[in-house]
Amino acid sequence: MLDQKNAFLVLDDGRIFEGYAWAKDGETFGEAVFTTGMTGYQETLTDPSYHKQIVIMTAPHIGNTGVNPEDYESEKIWVSGFVVRNPSPAPSNWRSNASLEQTLIDANVVGIAGVDTRALTRHIRDRGAMRVGIFSNTTLTREEMVVRVRKSAQMEGSFLAADVSTKKSYIVKPPDGIKTILRVAAIDLGIKGATPKYLAKLGVEVHVMPMNSTFEEIQQIKPDGVFLSNGPGDPATMTDVISLVRTVLNAGIPLFGICFGHQILGRALGFDTYKLPFGHRGINQPVIDLTTGKVEITSHNHGFAVAAPKESTFNTVYGSGHVTHISLNDSVVEGIAMSDTPAFSVQYHPESAAGPHDSTYLFQRFVDLMLEPRLPFKEDLVK
Amino acid sequence: MPRDTSIESVLVIGSGPIIIGQACEFDYSGTQACRVLQSEGIRVILINSNPATIMTDPEFADATYIEPITPEVIEKILERERPSAVLATLGGQTALNAAMALHERGSFEKFGTKLIGANIDAIKRGEDREIFKGIVAKIGGDSAKSIIAHSMKECLAAAKELNYPVVVRPSFTMGGLGSGIAYNEGDLQQIAGAGLRHSPTTEVLLEESIIGWKEYELEVMRDHKDNVVIVCSIENIDPMGVHTGDSITVAPAMTLTDYEYQKLRDLSIAIIREVGVATGGCNIQYAVNPADGRIIVIEMNPRVSRSSALASKATGFPIAKIATKLAIGYTLDEIENDITKSTPASFEPALDYVVVKVPRFAFEKFPEADDRLTTTMKSVGEAMAIGRSFPEALQKALRSVEKSGYSFSWKDGDLASLMKQMRVPTQSRLQQVQQALHLGASIDEVFNATKIDPWFLGQIVVINELAKELNAKGELTKELLRAAKQMGFSDEQISEIRGVSIAEIYALRQKFSLQPVYKTVDTCAGEFAAITPYYYSSYEEESEVLTRSKEAIIILGSGPNRIGQGIEFDYSCVHASFALRAAGFETVMINCNPETVSTDYDTSDRLYFEPLTLEDVLEVINAEIAAGPVLGVITQLGGQTPLGLARGLKEAGVNILGTSPDAIDLAEERGAFAKILMDSNLKAPEFGMANSFEEAVVIADRIGYPVLVRPSYVLGGRGMEIVYDADTLQGFITAATAITPNHPVLIDKFLDDAIEIDVDALVDGEEVFLAGVMEHIEEAGIHSGDSACVLPSISLNKDQLQEIKSATTKIAKAIDVRGLINIQFAVTLANNTLYVIEANPRASRTVPFVAKSTGVALAKAAALICAGQKIKDLRTTGLLPASGDGKANGVSVKEAVLPWNRFRRVDGSGIDSVLGPEMKSTGEVMGISSNFGMAFAKSQSAAFGPLPKNGSVFISLSERDKESAWRSARGLAELKFKIYATQGTHEFLKSKNIDSELVRKNSDPQNSQLSANEIITQGLVQLVINTPLGRGSKQDGWMIRSAAVSRGVPCITTIAGFRAAVSAISALQNSDFEIKSLQEWMRI
Repeated sequence: MLDQKNAFLVLDDGRIFEGYAWAKDGETFGEAVFTTGMTGYQETLTDPSYHKQIVIMTAPHIGNTGVNPEDYESEKIWVSGFVVRNPSPAPSNWRSNASLEQTLIDANVVGIAGVDTRALTRHIRDRGAMRVGIFSNTTLTREEMVVRVRKSAQMEGSFLAADVSTKKSYIVKPPDGIKTILRVAAIDLGIKGATPKYLAKLGVEVHVMPMNSTFEEIQQIKPDGVFLSNGPGDPATMTDVISLVRTVLNAGIPLFGICFGHQILGRALGFDTYKLPFGHRGINQPVIDLTTGKVEITSHNHGFAVAAPKESTFNTVYGSGHVTHISLNDSVVEGIAMSDTPAFSVQYHPESAAGPHDSTYLFQRFVDLMLEPRLPFKEDLVK
Repeated sequence: MPRDTSIESVLVIGSGPIIIGQACEFDYSGTQACRVLQSEGIRVILINSNPATIMTDPEFADATYIEPITPEVIEKILERERPSAVLATLGGQTALNAAMALHERGSFEKFGTKLIGANIDAIKRGEDREIFKGIVAKIGGDSAKSIIAHSMKECLAAAKELNYPVVVRPSFTMGGLGSGIAYNEGDLQQIAGAGLRHSPTTEVLLEESIIGWKEYELEVMRDHKDNVVIVCSIENIDPMGVHTGDSITVAPAMTLTDYEYQKLRDLSIAIIREVGVATGGCNIQYAVNPADGRIIVIEMNPRVSRSSALASKATGFPIAKIATKLAIGYTLDEIENDITKSTPASFEPALDYVVVKVPRFAFEKFPEADDRLTTTMKSVGEAMAIGRSFPEALQKALRSVEKSGYSFSWKDGDLASLMKQMRVPTQSRLQQVQQALHLGASIDEVFNATKIDPWFLGQIVVINELAKELNAKGELTKELLRAAKQMGFSDEQISEIRGVSIAEIYALRQKFSLQPVYKTVDTCAGEFAAITPYYYSSYEEESEVLTRSKEAIIILGSGPNRIGQGIEFDYSCVHASFALRAAGFETVMINCNPETVSTDYDTSDRLYFEPLTLEDVLEVINAEIAAGPVLGVITQLGGQTPLGLARGLKEAGVNILGTSPDAIDLAEERGAFAKILMDSNLKAPEFGMANSFEEAVVIADRIGYPVLVRPSYVLGGRGMEIVYDADTLQGFITAATAITPNHPVLIDKFLDDAIEIDVDALVDGEEVFLAGVMEHIEEAGIHSGDSACVLPSISLNKDQLQEIKSATTKIAKAIDVRGLINIQFAVTLANNTLYVIEANPRASRTVPFVAKSTGVALAKAAALICAGQKIKDLRTTGLLPASGDGKANGVSVKEAVLPWNRFRRVDGSGIDSVLGPEMKSTGEVMGISSNFGMAFAKSQSAAFGPLPKNGSVFISLSERDKESAWRSARGLAELKFKIYATQGTHEFLKSKNIDSELVRKNSDPQNSQLSANEIITQGLVQLVINTPLGRGSKQDGWMIRSAAVSRGVPCITTIAGFRAAVSAISALQNSDFEIKSLQEWMRI
């Protein structure tokens, strides 16, 4: 207990939290974000959307179930730092094959433990997401640490998807016993493993393609639909993908976007995106599906949102559309759908991982749309 | 969609008396339901037989029926009130069973009403094990292999197929009543036999054993639009095999990955949909195999449960309140989250803290009972604690239980025997585990012995390691002390480890500025700002206590329920909070009992969920003083727990409101109190105080046997016994002095032929308001908490009442009481002399009963007097009658409810159901009528089931009682009862010309006659009268009583009870069972 080494968490606005060094020793910077999920730290750590972010876990005990080979959402850990209150001394779970701390050390992730994570969370909630640094085993003064944090990169205006996108296409086929009925080009902006798995289970052959794929490259696989994944960074920086999406829309190919993909669709339609004060990150977020009136508990990880009008249908160069989902917590737009073009998107994560499975129906909606692209959501509108 | 406007009035069914497995959590849920309905402008009709509840306060309903919760009575209410709907999902199994019975009788159709909250089909699907199993299979879940049996023969055949051990679960019972684990045929005979009897449908389920698996519960809510949320996950530290009510549990679940948790969530949602709980909450239990993660669905409760109360307190999501709103038509997204006031209730709470619940047991009250923990719930209460880590929450919870030996300690011990002991779950298992780990056992070894998840064991190792560092010789640095406090170590624990005084540790903390901060339970892990000040302590950086300008009064609650200190004290604390809030104070509640209304964040302006120890309470007071002006602390309403803290608080400079600690000492120190009595010319039974056995013998010889012996400073008659000779006296001294080593043993002359009187009074320093003079029905020697009592008294004359008033006034003035005082008197029958037995300058157990029968809000008045108001002021405002003392409306009888059917001896036989000076009851009911007979009949019906109106009775009287009881026997004969009696009683009755049929004693040699036991077990009698000789009485008496208990036949063990029962039966035969609401009684 007392042989712990001091570590500091230093915020952009000068507030400093003390804790002790955990995981890898050293120095790291990123955007401070908190997530309120009480389970699923392994999925969070390996979610590419957290690239360049330092994640604060509000759940007080982390690492209880260790790390297992099945719950990776991508090949590696993406967070640039990890902040916890109480790390577990030893994992306990029948699937666990490694401790969390060792896994973080192996992945060179700098962490800090013993922090008043609730005070830190409240600070970010009140002041907004900001840059942060973790310093362990340091000789720097407090002032020097703050200066270094202020020199680190901002999230707003950051172009990060290229870092996380696959360099080569790969295919996820439906599992044995399920017939392939459709083919989808999934543009990888930071896709999680669970997403192609869900589509594949519905008979979709998923071609996960690099984010810089051209429309021609996409057409070569003769897709029934195009999928835009989640991912890190500011959607405003994604000009190439935005223009790709416009081409897809013009071609009338069914399109489904989630999270970052939703923001990109929003921008392609001509809407603005804006940075939320501290974002939505957790697996307990209530979203209402305006087309059915039903509430789903959803998994969120987003710092930006689409500024689309919620009160009425909207018109774009691709036809009219409407907001399909909103957050019941703060009324942020959580989903949009086009009426004349086969395209829709949601701001959250229907693939969950981590999180509840309430929204997996959206993958079925995408499948239905691909099977019946000429009548996108007409019925919903009538309702 | 807004609420269903066709609902104009709702009948809420309460849960009746507090019993093991169904405690004040249903007062919490029922009170919330009433409040919600009232706030919607709906007329609320309530039935509950329990007067100690907040919900039965007249202001919580438009018509409050304190009546037995039977289908017959409910039908009468339906007929009178014609409610548009009936809400039965917030009153535990009692209410649900009542609803089922009403459905069977066609009552809902007959009276043109409907059930809301859950429909009959959903209740059946959830509760009927066979149907439920089918549902689980249909949604793709897995159940334990099981077989339903309706007879012992079927049970034996089933067990052959499943292989031993098998788990026995009777259908339609609560708290696991009648269930158990059978390791062999002998076990099965006994457990399944009892199970078949306890099940209203004579049905038990036998299933494969999954003992040792991880155990989880999920609290689920659904609205009529099919929106479903999981409010909370709870993990049992004690794995499968120990009833969840007896398990130490933690929220949220600690040892599941998201993948596994989501599987439980998916199953829960599918189950609630398939069962068809259309609106409201349910709780679903799971077992998870620690080796491979196989999930088994154990059961669901299609109603609000004990776990939902815990989950509500653990998360800040008020399940009962929301369930009520859903029942009247709202959807989850239309309901506001109370805590944030900005987000909806259609979400799943995120916790940034850990909650631990620890049960409290009362085996010391039932020394002959088997104390092994099984699937039948045995605990009587629970404490909950919140911390920012599991070690912190666990250690806080253990000290919240207020039982010596519960907090961890680090001593030498025998590892081998600990390893052996922990294999059998008992209330001490966690301490054995901790001690074994401390003595060098490995996590693996302990896991193999207990199946407690290694993660929890690892956390205990972390606590032990810190204790080791504390024990090391070095300096107690700020870092080390802070680390210890963060792990929940109390100053007391640290001082024990370091071998220094508590004051020294406290001083060191001051020097290092190591004080706790207070964090908010906010439902959302800090994501949104919280409005509701619901706090817990932690040793962290930032405190969230809001500053305040209004003057505050801090109320100390009563901690976990236990026998002798239960819901009655919570009642008084809640009233204090309401009254003081209304009077313009800001109220601050400190308590750690998750079942109560006092720990509802709606009750007080601020709630601190904290252990009731001097350290924890003082820290809250310091924080509140820093936040704004504090007038003082009320310690007289929560029972012995806060009263015991008063002295320490005062010494720390805290202003105690109401009766001062010095005055409390005057009443509690026998010597000082005796002097007061002498000065006031009042008589007390002769007594003496002994520090040794030799002294005790001398005193007993002087005052004469029988004597009443007890340790000083106890509640509920703990360790109290009537002793008839020197030999028993010696045995007692050895046992009693171990209980409170710093206090001597008291020896009183036992008045064995006297009426006992209980008085509750309000005192303001000038005037005394005599709120109620209650007469005990059982004779002196039966603990007042176990004795039935009647208000107004039925035997005292005007002069005697005047004498009691005058004595009360003298004592109250001499002690200098400010607030409530309870005095026990005895009036000897032989010479009509008034004796003072004891005085307690605090709220008593009878405060709610007196309040209900007289219509005077006694606890509210007491709180205002503590805050400085005078009785004459309260008479002006109408809180107290304009003149005179409290006056009962009609005749009210309070009856105690006893947990005999919960406990068995190790050999499986029943424990003896004899009353004595040590309190054993868990709860109470009230019967109110215009005459004593009917009021008593109602109280018996509510407590034990109806007294027979006619039929047969078995009477067996002890030699001593024959003379005083034969008139009652004649009364029964005149009421056309057939009497069975054993030889002695038979002969005696014959001599009085009363006919009876002779049965043989069980110990007599077999002959053609039926034995006493046989006529009971064969159902030939509807009533048993058996008066014992004293404790440890003859085998025959015990067999008769335990046969009656297990058959559910009313069994009366005192002459006074016999007499009262005869007048009750007479009343039942001669008049209608009329009902009247409390509001109607108060209008008279």
